[in-house]
Amino acid sequence: MEPQIIKFYQTGSFAVGNRLLDDSQRSVQADMRRSNSLNSGHRACQGCGEALGARYAIDAAMQATKNQLIAVNATGCLEVFSTPYPETSWQLPWIHSLFGNAAAVATGVAAAMRVKGREEVRVIAQGGDGGTTDIGFGCLSGMFERNDDVLYICYDNEGYMNTGVQRSSATPPAARTSTTATLGADPGNVFGQGKFVPAIAMAHEIPYVATASVAYLRDLEAKVHRAMSLRGARYLHIFVPCPLGWGAASEDTIRLARLVVETGLFPLFEAEHGEVTGRYHIRNRVPVEEYLKLQKRYAHLFGKRPAVDTIGRIQAMADRNIRRYGLLGEEA
Amino acid sequence: MEKPFAITLDVGSSLANKTGSWRTHRPVYVDRLPPCNNQCPAGENVQAWLYLAEEGRYEEAWRKIMEENPFPAIMGRVCYHTCETACNRGALDEAVGINGVERFLGDQAIKYQWRVEAGAPTGKRVLVVGAGPAGLSCAYHLARRGHAVTVLEGSDKAGGMVRYSIPKYRMPREKLNAEIRRIVDMGVEIRLNSPVEDLCAAIAHHGCDATFVAVGAQRGRHLQLPSTARVPVLDAVQILRDLEREEAVPLRGRVIVYGGGNTAFDVARSAVRLGAIESLVVYRRTREKMPAHRSEIREALEEGVTLRCLSTITHVGDGVLTAERMELDAKGQPQSTGETETIVATTLVLALGQDADLGLLSGVPGVRVADGLVEVDRNLATGAVGIWAGGDIVPADRNATVAIGHGKKAARQIDAFLRGEVLRRPVKHELASADKMNTWYYSDAPRAIRPILEAVRRTSGFAEVVGDYDEGTALYEARRCMSCGNCFECDNCYGVCPDNAVIKLGPGKRFEFNYDYCKGCGVCISECPCGAIARIPEAI
Amino acid sequence: MLKQTEGSHAVAEAVALCRPEVICAYPISPQTHIVEALGEMVKGGDLARCEFINVESEFAAMSVAIGASAAGARTYTATASQGLLFMAEAVYNAAGLGLPIVMTDANRAIGAPINIWNDHSDALSMRDSGWIQLFAETNQEALDLHIIAFRLAEELSLPVMVCMDGFILTHAYERVDMPAQAQVDRYLPAYEPRQVLDPRDPVSIGAMVGPEAFSEVRYLAHAKQLQALDRIPVLAAEFAAIFGRESGGLVHPYRTEDAETIVVAMGSVMGTIKDVVDEMRAGGAAIGALGICSYRPAPLAAIRAAVEGAKRVVVVEKSLAVGLGGILATDVRMAMSGLHLHGYTVIAGLGGRPILKSSLHRLFERAGRDDLEHVTFLDLNWDVVNRVLDRERAVRRSGSIAENVLRDVGVTSTPGV
Ligand SMILES: Cc1cc2nc3c(=O)[nH]c(=O)nc-3n(C[C@H](O)[C@H](O)[C@H](O)COP(=O)(O)OP(=O)(O)OC[C@H]3O[C@@H](n4cnc5c(N)ncnc54)[C@H](O)[C@@H]3O)c2cc1C
Ligand SMILES: Cc1ncc(C[n+]2csc(CCOP(=O)(O)OP(=O)(O)O)c2C)c(N)n1
Ligand code: SF4
Ligand SMILES: [Mg+2]
Repeated sequence: MEPQIIKFYQTGSFAVGNRLLDDSQRSVQADMRRSNSLNSGHRACQGCGEALGARYAIDAAMQATKNQLIAVNATGCLEVFSTPYPETSWQLPWIHSLFGNAAAVATGVAAAMRVKGREEVRVIAQGGDGGTTDIGFGCLSGMFERNDDVLYICYDNEGYMNTGVQRSSATPPAARTSTTATLGADPGNVFGQGKFVPAIAMAHEIPYVATASVAYLRDLEAKVHRAMSLRGARYLHIFVPCPLGWGAASEDTIRLARLVVETGLFPLFEAEHGEVTGRYHIRNRVPVEEYLKLQKRYAHLFGKRPAVDTIGRIQAMADRNIRRYGLLGEEA
Repeated sequence: MEKPFAITLDVGSSLANKTGSWRTHRPVYVDRLPPCNNQCPAGENVQAWLYLAEEGRYEEAWRKIMEENPFPAIMGRVCYHTCETACNRGALDEAVGINGVERFLGDQAIKYQWRVEAGAPTGKRVLVVGAGPAGLSCAYHLARRGHAVTVLEGSDKAGGMVRYSIPKYRMPREKLNAEIRRIVDMGVEIRLNSPVEDLCAAIAHHGCDATFVAVGAQRGRHLQLPSTARVPVLDAVQILRDLEREEAVPLRGRVIVYGGGNTAFDVARSAVRLGAIESLVVYRRTREKMPAHRSEIREALEEGVTLRCLSTITHVGDGVLTAERMELDAKGQPQSTGETETIVATTLVLALGQDADLGLLSGVPGVRVADGLVEVDRNLATGAVGIWAGGDIVPADRNATVAIGHGKKAARQIDAFLRGEVLRRPVKHELASADKMNTWYYSDAPRAIRPILEAVRRTSGFAEVVGDYDEGTALYEARRCMSCGNCFECDNCYGVCPDNAVIKLGPGKRFEFNYDYCKGCGVCISECPCGAIARIPEAI
Repeated sequence: MLKQTEGSHAVAEAVALCRPEVICAYPISPQTHIVEALGEMVKGGDLARCEFINVESEFAAMSVAIGASAAGARTYTATASQGLLFMAEAVYNAAGLGLPIVMTDANRAIGAPINIWNDHSDALSMRDSGWIQLFAETNQEALDLHIIAFRLAEELSLPVMVCMDGFILTHAYERVDMPAQAQVDRYLPAYEPRQVLDPRDPVSIGAMVGPEAFSEVRYLAHAKQLQALDRIPVLAAEFAAIFGRESGGLVHPYRTEDAETIVVAMGSVMGTIKDVVDEMRAGGAAIGALGICSYRPAPLAAIRAAVEGAKRVVVVEKSLAVGLGGILATDVRMAMSGLHLHGYTVIAGLGGRPILKSSLHRLFERAGRDDLEHVTFLDLNWDVVNRVLDRERAVRRSGSIAENVLRDVGVTSTPGV
């Protein structure tokens, strides 16, 4: 018998780990020595996607930098649940300044490291979608434009969760928030508003822009690794379901983060210097309803008379993403 | 560092905050029953041995099979592998090729002469009547438990119907012999050419403490057909037995086999190999209704066997048979139409099933026989204390795997009986049904194709038709197993917990929940690929 | 070394002598010349081992400073007016986090109406932010205060704002004594941060603090400023020892001995006031002045000690607490509480209005006669004001007061309604 290389593994690359793989080929999260940068005892809600995403991303960055990492955090759930006096869950040097300035504070930290000749120490800024796409957007754009050596991570839970689920510029159409009531002719958030910051980040032609989802750990970690292998301004936009704000079951966090990608509503891709260099091809395409109906914020679409038109418009958004980013491998 | 009060905190200090108190439900690790295990008539722990095999731990995998079934090489060839029908992976792409992996492991064991040791002698002696799969399985399991076993076998070779009915092209004899020899090597005594006519006498003669009867169903059923008797009418079972004995078999010219079971096809396919001009299977219902295995039918057709379904033979004439065309009624039952046709025939073989010859039991007090089968309770005990029965002679599916399972079950009961204990039934785990799985995590992996001998090369002899998996393929198939209901250390729970409340214990040691911090969100439960975590309410 | 130079440039040179490691800048008049000069020094290599970052806003400037300082770099920035307000949230934050950032405020009025000229409204709007605020009387003191500021900030781990009057000081060419690098190095040791972001010893900075500890945190901020009250005179003395001149300190009393009238003020106006004091003293008036260098912490005891023997105190301030009166005056009143003195508040020099010696003469003379309102607006054009007020009493309508005033003085062409 010819000696053969076994290429197939029981769970391929989709599970967190794989006992059949060499340690070096497993995900950071599978490693017993992972840094647990965001440790137990934090006060995030049950099933919080942001808590998960933060540990995924920071642990990966810690591994990539051999723990030579400093994190800057915007105000928001992540900050509040991780550092209420007298306890912090962080295991790395971390600072919280304000809601809208994480990118700039990170610029300052990076400048300090550079001037002190400690370029091995890398800097991450992180915040929620509100802290990123709205109030922190000026600082973010400034950091991008100067190409400061910072990886900015946005944990997108599509709303101002920490203040009680208000609308942000990342809130999707039709979604109910406490400031987009399901009343009137256009219940929920209106169509035709909002912005997709990864695309704006690309317009800055920074070295690296990527989107990720907590349901695709391997992909997420690979992107953090890629980001940390580069210098200059980098942006990672991670989709993190919020069970509380979305009215979803806590155990559905990863399911939702998967469905949003498999529907096409949230494209996973990466770009370097403004050009898309990689995209995730949908593995198991599903209609948007499957994603929407698990969340109470869309409950008004599925009443006695389902809002077929609205659902259709959301489906059209998914279809447009699929076209625009070439999310269906062969067909594209 | 002289830290400013309250604003600057020591890292990791949140461990003081035990968020476990938030929980209303807790996750617990469970081992659920994989559908394959549940289905296996021999009670094999299929998932467990696939788990070992996928790590390349073939000997351990083989030993895992051997805990339940002493015949992996035989099973890997003749087992109807209903486990594969039950396999959850079937809904994803295709069932795992369990049977092929089992054969690979069985053959590895023969190649490397892996052995099983008998248990420490107990001083007890058990008599087994019949060296078919049931009897041999029982003998093996008793030997492992340290009992002395004597097997009385009427024929000149052990193996029962597996030897005397299943043709060589499906069951190469060196594999059969090797697996039987391994049992003999454990100290089991098989007395060949020792038919038992009176069980009580045999028990008295051999002075044993318990008995297992597994004499099988060897007598072909007969059918009286109106006949002008110029076409020889033969019995399928007898033909197969003669084939094994390498006696001349009159399967020449146009061979018509009447019946739709595996026996019919074994004869029809043997006829092709022996040079028959035509080998036609006649069956009264439709092809879909044939009890024979799909693969059996397909392979037969590939080899040139032809079928005539919805047809009954009504008369045997001079070189011709008369057949009546049947029609299915509303209930799917075949009804005669009165239309007849003739079939040119050299030989007619009846393959209409087998009956048991239970004469040896007639004088045994307490043993009851009904409809030609021995009555047993669910532990296979007959009405007579100290006598168990199993295999083809008791009411159950008739196949080797069931027989082997009976042998094991009886052995356990006998062992308990001999030790003066009552066997407690183990609690059956909850089934790892598809709804408990999260199959997203399994890579797309179509089933490996088992090599099949080309049809032309098959018909020219009795070479084995279905080939072996090579190591790579066996490993691949083993790795397709989803490990339903049983942790396979994919690290998902460890990874997906937003609260780091899963403790990884290291290779082979699985995981533990840290209930100090687990908030009970249930993400680990949703994302466990194999459904090995259950959710139970907290007592609040 | 003595040299004739622009105030901004002098400050830039002094800052450079302090070996800053990170400088962030966003332009606003009248701060521009300072950061321009520093930028040039960094780019040209004269200021080595320093990062100069052109940020997109003052909010970012202070935020970058926060990050750099928390990561252990000696950090400097400068702003004024709208810029200070734009960074307000971060100004408070820097103090709350105890980061020893030094910032120049080239004092300027706050709009609307937009006005680029000098007064103290900007700095005083931040008086409760927790920053130490030092006011310079001259360009020499402005440059000296920056050196002292770094020392003070880093000793106490508190940010320090050096306030210098926009244009009046920043754009004035004056002779200054520029210290030597060795002198500065002797006075200002290398920055040893009290808390620092460093993977070698990780901490979480900027926790959320609830009612259970917030008061304590705030008290400690207060206590730190009280410590500063003790340190500022000490550092001024040390400064004098090394540099051979008086700069800094809490207050600058001027001819207060047996003065019946004491004029209190901050910043460059002290120069004018001192001249007037001298002239009036020559005329026999018992008048003196008290310059306040340390606005925050408020040197209540020093003020009290200085004014205790007088009969009246006249606070001349370039700021207005709208609806109340004086801002500085309120603090001075507090220092005087229990002393039975007359207290007068004079709002002067808003938005760059010149404070004339003649006006001050008249003012102080009236004060000497106790013939002053409690709150006086120096050189206010009552004509204009009364016309507006009369009109508004007659017709209630909205619209910009500024525009109406300009229309009244005939500057705008917008036809009146
Ligand atoms: C043609 C054919 C093909 C088959 N193919 C398959 C297949 O592919 N897969 C499968 O799982 N099953 C198959 N079966 C069924 C399977 O062979 C039987 O179900 C199985 O062998 C039953 O095992 P057993 O031990 O109960 O009886 P048997 O295998 O019949 O063994 C009984 C043994 O007892 C001996 N014996 C009988 N009477 C006495 C006596 N009085 N004293 C002493 N010894 C005696 C016999 O000689 C025999 O050795 C097939 C059956 C036939 C007929
Ligand atoms: C300047 C300022 N404005 C408003 C707030 C109130 N605030 C704190 S957190 C927050 C919402 C945060 O939303 P996001 O950034 O999306 O993070 P999330 O909590 O959703 O993770 C708001 C509005 C603030 N702290 N500071
Ligand atoms: S996937 Fe594996 S464990 Fe599950 S049913 Fe199939 S063979 Fe059994
Ligand atoms: Mg948010």
